[in-house]
Amino acid sequence: MTPQTPLLDVSGIGISFGGLKAVDAVSFKVGAGEVFSIIGPNGAGKTTLFNLVTGIYRPSRGSVRLDGADITAVPPHRRVSRGMARTFQNLQIFFRMTAVENVMVGCALSERTSFLADMLGLPSVFRQNRVTREKALALLDRVGLAALADAPAGALPYGALKRLEIARALAADPKILLLDEPAAGCNAVETEAIDHLIAEIAKGGIAVVLIEHDMKLVMKISDRVLVLAQGRPLAEGPPRAVRENPEVIAAYLGDIGSREADRAHG
Amino acid sequence: MKAILRSRLTPLVALALIMALVPMIAPTSFHLRVAALVWIFSLAALGLTILMGYAGQVSLGHAGFLGIGAYAVAIGPARLGLDPLLCLLLGAVLSGLIAWLVGRPILKLKGYYLAIATLGFGVIVALILHSETELTGGPDGMSVSRITLFGWRVTGALNWYWVSAGALLIGALIALNIAASPTGRALRALHDSEVAAAGAGIDVSAKKLAAFVVAAVYAAVAGGLLAAMNGLITPEAASFSHSVELVAMVIIGGLGSVFGTVLGAAFLVVLPQTLTAFQEYEQAVLGLLIMVFMIFLPQGIVPSLRAMIEERLP
Ligand SMILES: Nc1ncnc2c1ncn2[C@@H]1O[C@H](COP(=O)(O)OP(=O)(O)OP(=O)(O)O)[C@@H](O)[C@H]1O
Ligand SMILES: [Mg+2]
Repeated sequence: MTPQTPLLDVSGIGISFGGLKAVDAVSFKVGAGEVFSIIGPNGAGKTTLFNLVTGIYRPSRGSVRLDGADITAVPPHRRVSRGMARTFQNLQIFFRMTAVENVMVGCALSERTSFLADMLGLPSVFRQNRVTREKALALLDRVGLAALADAPAGALPYGALKRLEIARALAADPKILLLDEPAAGCNAVETEAIDHLIAEIAKGGIAVVLIEHDMKLVMKISDRVLVLAQGRPLAEGPPRAVRENPEVIAAYLGDIGSREADRAHG
Repeated sequence: MKAILRSRLTPLVALALIMALVPMIAPTSFHLRVAALVWIFSLAALGLTILMGYAGQVSLGHAGFLGIGAYAVAIGPARLGLDPLLCLLLGAVLSGLIAWLVGRPILKLKGYYLAIATLGFGVIVALILHSETELTGGPDGMSVSRITLFGWRVTGALNWYWVSAGALLIGALIALNIAASPTGRALRALHDSEVAAAGAGIDVSAKKLAAFVVAAVYAAVAGGLLAAMNGLITPEAASFSHSVELVAMVIIGGLGSVFGTVLGAAFLVVLPQTLTAFQEYEQAVLGLLIMVFMIFLPQGIVPSLRAMIEERLP
């Protein structure tokens, strides 16, 4: 299933905070259009792994390759132009802007104006603004937020903000999209909508790397799953194989299973 | 009504109208000079509006750039025999260049740390202007020769009124243009979340640096105009209290609002003139008024009033 040169190739990556090895010797590959999920208990190092892959943290060991090129030393904003976009577990919204402006910021890379033109307010700037707004509105429509386009982002409910972040990330026209718990804190209906959205994104040919606690979602849409525990890879493979791996059941799924059971009863 | 309140060029039109009206009602040339001072300080503060209001980066040393612009217009003609208008432009370029050099390392700092670093920059400029007596005339300052605009020697309160008003209109237009452009969106984005702005492919350090350089150029042009209008400049221009005043103008008017910045500048330039009746209590009364203003209009004049009006409109 894995193609010759994977789109994303993370190899032996690791970082420590003080004495804590938050991520330790993790390797994985993601092919174009694949849905690759990362699961693991709280504090397993999933978000840290995202921060290493997107360049927010510099790894102390290992490398990241995108489309065959080593991007380990490339700063975060320049990884975006190479086709890597992400969302954040703890929302990173531009709260002083409207919903559509948030997505318009995401379009920054496709905008063709210069600083000088912006200062002079040339007609090309306003043409660009219109093009950008159209693109942003289309993306808002795609995530089901068209009606809230001109609402201040600060006034949007939590579930909508989660989708707003996905729209903003899509605005960068990524080849690979990293989603950090896109359904966390969402109710069943919202989770369902996000579930559909992710499937649709993947169908459109964008690879998705997904961190998610909702096992039903993960099992349903993932091509492959990586299980992390205490910063280390515990298992990797198709959802079914991972679910049946006894080590995984012991270390993680048991825990989640009992939590889901709690939720069902309480 | 809401459309007018939100239209991009409304502040510019309002400003131009006020500029046209003031000379008709100003009783003496003293009043015109005060008005010209308002325009000049508005211009300096507008740079900070871009830096602080749009990009969310504080500078407590901005009078340093004002001082650089002012002394360029003073020193160039007096010591090097250069044309004063050319020196105004050179001062702006020099100021932008210094901002670029200084900004690269210090804009990595955030919040309080950036505030202290920029404060340090302002202190250094003031110190140099104080101590390089041979070049700057030291604490007593130096006199500044007149500016000639295409053969027209700018003298008199009314002429300076129009020159400063014109400079402010250009500055306000550029600030409004930036706000409505991709650059403005990028600055407002990194104000809210640098990590998300970078996640959208925006080069956060480059954008911050651009805002810092632009702000320095605004301050330098204002400084040059101030020096040329007064015909005299002292290191006081670059003082810390001036830097704080510029920040106060931006905040009192309403962070990020172009028209608010002008109101903030008017507040802090005009009020001290009218409070002279309080004599030694002048500063205390001014301070008290600033406190009262911020308590009742906590977002600054323009955003607070706009919110009140929009609430009442259908
Ligand atoms: N910047 C940091 N400095 C110090 N420790 C950190 C830092 N970032 C993460 N850690 C630690 O690294 C470990 C992994 O954290 P991380 O946020 O990656 O976990 P996670 O798998 O995303 O958990 P969750 O499911 O709760 O989101 C935790 O022990 C965390 O406290
Ligand atoms: Mg996490």
